[in-house]
Amino acid sequence: MVDIKEYGQFETAWCPGCGNHQIIQAVKRALAEEGLRPRQVLMVSGIGQAAKSPHYLRANVFNGLHGRALPAATGARLANPGLKVLIESGDGCSYGEGGNHFLAGIRRNIDVTYIVHDNQIYGLTKGQASPTTEFGFVTKAQPQGVFNTPFNPVAAAVGLRCGFVARGFSGDVDHLAGLIRAGMAHRGFALIDVLQPCVSFNKVNTFAWYKKRVQPLGPEYDPADWAVALQTAHEWGDRIPLGVIYRDETRVPLEDRIPALASGSLIGRPVNQTVLAEIMREYE
Amino acid sequence: MARETLNILIGGEAGQGLVTVGELLARCLVRSGRHLQVTQGYMSRIRGGHNTFVLRTSVHEVPAPAEGFDLVVALDPATARIHEPELKPEGLIVVDEAWGLTGGNLWAVPYKTLASGRYMNTASLGVIGALIGLGTPVLLAALEKAFGKKHPDQAAENANTLEKAYAWTRENRSDGFHLAPAQPGPTRLILNGNDAISLGAMAAGVRFCAFYPMTPATTIALNLADRAAKLGLVVEQAEDEIAAVNMAVGAAYTGLPSLVSTSGGGFALMVEGISLAAMLETPLVAAVIQRPGPATGLPTRTAQADLEYVLFSGHGEFPRAIFAPGTIDQCFHRTVQAFHLAEDSQGPVFILSDQFLSDSLRDTAPFDLASVTAVNPADRHRAALEAMGSADPSAPYQRYALTPSGISPRLLPGLSEHLVVSDSDEHTEDGHLTEDLDVARKMVEKRLKKADLIRSRIVPPDFWGDDPADLLLVGWGSTLGAMIEAGQSLRDRGRRVGVLHFSQVWPLAPEQFLVRLESAGRVVAVEGNATGQLANLIRRETGFRIDAVVLRYDGLPLTPEFILRGLEE
Ligand SMILES: Cc1ncc(C[n+]2csc(CCOP(=O)(O)OP(=O)(O)O)c2C)c(N)n1
Ligand code: SF4
Ligand SMILES: [Mg+2]
Repeated sequence: MVDIKEYGQFETAWCPGCGNHQIIQAVKRALAEEGLRPRQVLMVSGIGQAAKSPHYLRANVFNGLHGRALPAATGARLANPGLKVLIESGDGCSYGEGGNHFLAGIRRNIDVTYIVHDNQIYGLTKGQASPTTEFGFVTKAQPQGVFNTPFNPVAAAVGLRCGFVARGFSGDVDHLAGLIRAGMAHRGFALIDVLQPCVSFNKVNTFAWYKKRVQPLGPEYDPADWAVALQTAHEWGDRIPLGVIYRDETRVPLEDRIPALASGSLIGRPVNQTVLAEIMREYE
Repeated sequence: MARETLNILIGGEAGQGLVTVGELLARCLVRSGRHLQVTQGYMSRIRGGHNTFVLRTSVHEVPAPAEGFDLVVALDPATARIHEPELKPEGLIVVDEAWGLTGGNLWAVPYKTLASGRYMNTASLGVIGALIGLGTPVLLAALEKAFGKKHPDQAAENANTLEKAYAWTRENRSDGFHLAPAQPGPTRLILNGNDAISLGAMAAGVRFCAFYPMTPATTIALNLADRAAKLGLVVEQAEDEIAAVNMAVGAAYTGLPSLVSTSGGGFALMVEGISLAAMLETPLVAAVIQRPGPATGLPTRTAQADLEYVLFSGHGEFPRAIFAPGTIDQCFHRTVQAFHLAEDSQGPVFILSDQFLSDSLRDTAPFDLASVTAVNPADRHRAALEAMGSADPSAPYQRYALTPSGISPRLLPGLSEHLVVSDSDEHTEDGHLTEDLDVARKMVEKRLKKADLIRSRIVPPDFWGDDPADLLLVGWGSTLGAMIEAGQSLRDRGRRVGVLHFSQVWPLAPEQFLVRLESAGRVVAVEGNATGQLANLIRRETGFRIDAVVLRYDGLPLTPEFILRGLEE
């Protein structure tokens, strides 16, 4: 176990009362409890309120473009499979702008832990609908209410047989830290969609609204059962289940399939001049 | 009388194997000491249509494609009809007897009696080989190299067919098209522009390539994928070009020399990522292989219409370099330079090529691999670490330290106690997000300062011909050979002609070339676009107004003849 102090304490640019404060707490705790030192960790994010998270702990940081955290994290993992790579970004960044990468990333099964701060709204741009905003939700950009049916990231991930799919709640830091640890322990793509109240722009899905509905799955729940998981993933009403919803430990991560990575990271490896000369001779 | 030069067109439908025949023939020609240049024309379809593989071969070096064919080898009847008007007066169209075509320049071969179905292409090779006077050993050796390992069961039948077609041709037609004898010299390579870019990247130490398939850029990634396991590199087909470029920036940040390759439309999707590479000060090489636009344009044809686009790609202001190779050798060497410049300047560097060059097989001397050093970010990391000495790892490492050169020592994440922080937002020296406007101004200046390094390494334009010249042709990229050949033909007629060719089109250093422009009688820009983009750029950078332009924008490569016609107008 590493002292959580190694991950530091930072002033944030977030609103008081925002769920992000608890999520970053849970992330630090999970990292420390997993015995990871900051130098071993790479935090990747896109752009948004959530995506500022990597600045609020000590680690290596790649804060890239809106929607593009996952491809950047993929490149980083393929470059150095020795790094523990976590992504933190918002629902808009992850499921909207980055939607195609989300689908591809799950299929690719790159070994990253993807923590989505799901406040069901675009926070940083002041309250437009995100893919997870509920039907009928009124915003300045959607004055007649949202016409699109909401995207269910957990169900989509389970549908794609993502090897680790979980839902957490920023209001339960202990539980969330446990999920993040389990996600990091999973070899392969791990999605943790975290319900996060946005006190400034989401006056519907508030802390109290979530608190009333969320229910951690009990020990009897079997996340290995895909059909049950798919059903559980679709539960969104008076009860919203929290926990590891689906898990498949048999999927092989992409890194393990790439021949060039069989002997570890390629960083610093000199060019094999014999092989290079052979390749040139193929053109004779 | 033996010919010094032959221009041979092989034409047929997609899927008929004309590229296979063409490539085999190309190999035989080079093996037997001839030079060559290939121009491929194909349609955006997998079957049917009309494709061409043109080999211009000579006992001398072949600088450019040319118009007018000595031999048209038709694999389908349409080829005979379509290319008849382009046949030289003494030329010959080789057709299949079975089509029942007749005409003065047609020569019917009874393919059915020479070969069975799957060996038709071998028969064609035998016919062409005999017509142009190649020996059977070199033809058989090429067949063996191409198919011996893949289809050992077909080796005997292949050889039989070839010899039969060869013998039949010798018996029935001994005149006309024999190439002058040549002495095979030292080994030559035979490869196209994309092959050379790929080899250059491998020699320069590329370790990561992400791509989304797009003609005519795809073969670069395919070349790398083919060698990834044995050379130790990762090639990932991304879900789109946006993913590709962001993967590459992620890999580069982490410590792998990285490449993306694409064409105009795909590059459009990459543009935000290019800006990201600039902001994160991450080395990145982008190979943009042009085809005509706008939008999907002519997917399989050639153009030089994306110079301004690549030059101005990416929001915000940051330095960059753009290489525009004109030969196979330049494809290799400019790519090596691109990797070094990207590494040293910590930012994006471009290789701008086009479909014509990308597909143009040519003979070239083997590259001097021993003289190429590969980039190695890990060495830089170690050097930076040493320079930091016993710096307290708990104090933030200044990834973006303000330095006189604008270049900050780059550590790699995870390889030391120091944490590497990079942000696409404006950031402080330690990499963290900032909205301090004073810091912002300094960071803008820091990034732009790196232009000094880029400027200190500009590859000067190559000059060829008479100095001073009455007529100076100015161009960039793949038009080099056509300009030289057009220039030579004018010199043969007594004119003083020069050619100025830019294999780096950005930045421009007026001190390297302005005098030549000013001292020439008339300056004409030769470009594969409709607006004279290099001419405009030169004017913007130097104030010099180029007198006239010869522009081609129909999707075909510039030929010497096209340039000469354009000059007459
Ligand atoms: C390419 C691009 N488009 C748009 C934006 C503007 N933008 C920044 S954050 C954001 C949405 C953020 O929503 P979300 O990802 O849910 O994060 P939150 O702020 O809610 O945490 C948008 C649209 C941008 N930065 N880049
Ligand atoms: S706007 Fe919403 S998401 Fe952003 S910091 Fe404030 S409460 Fe959090
Ligand atoms: Mg959000």
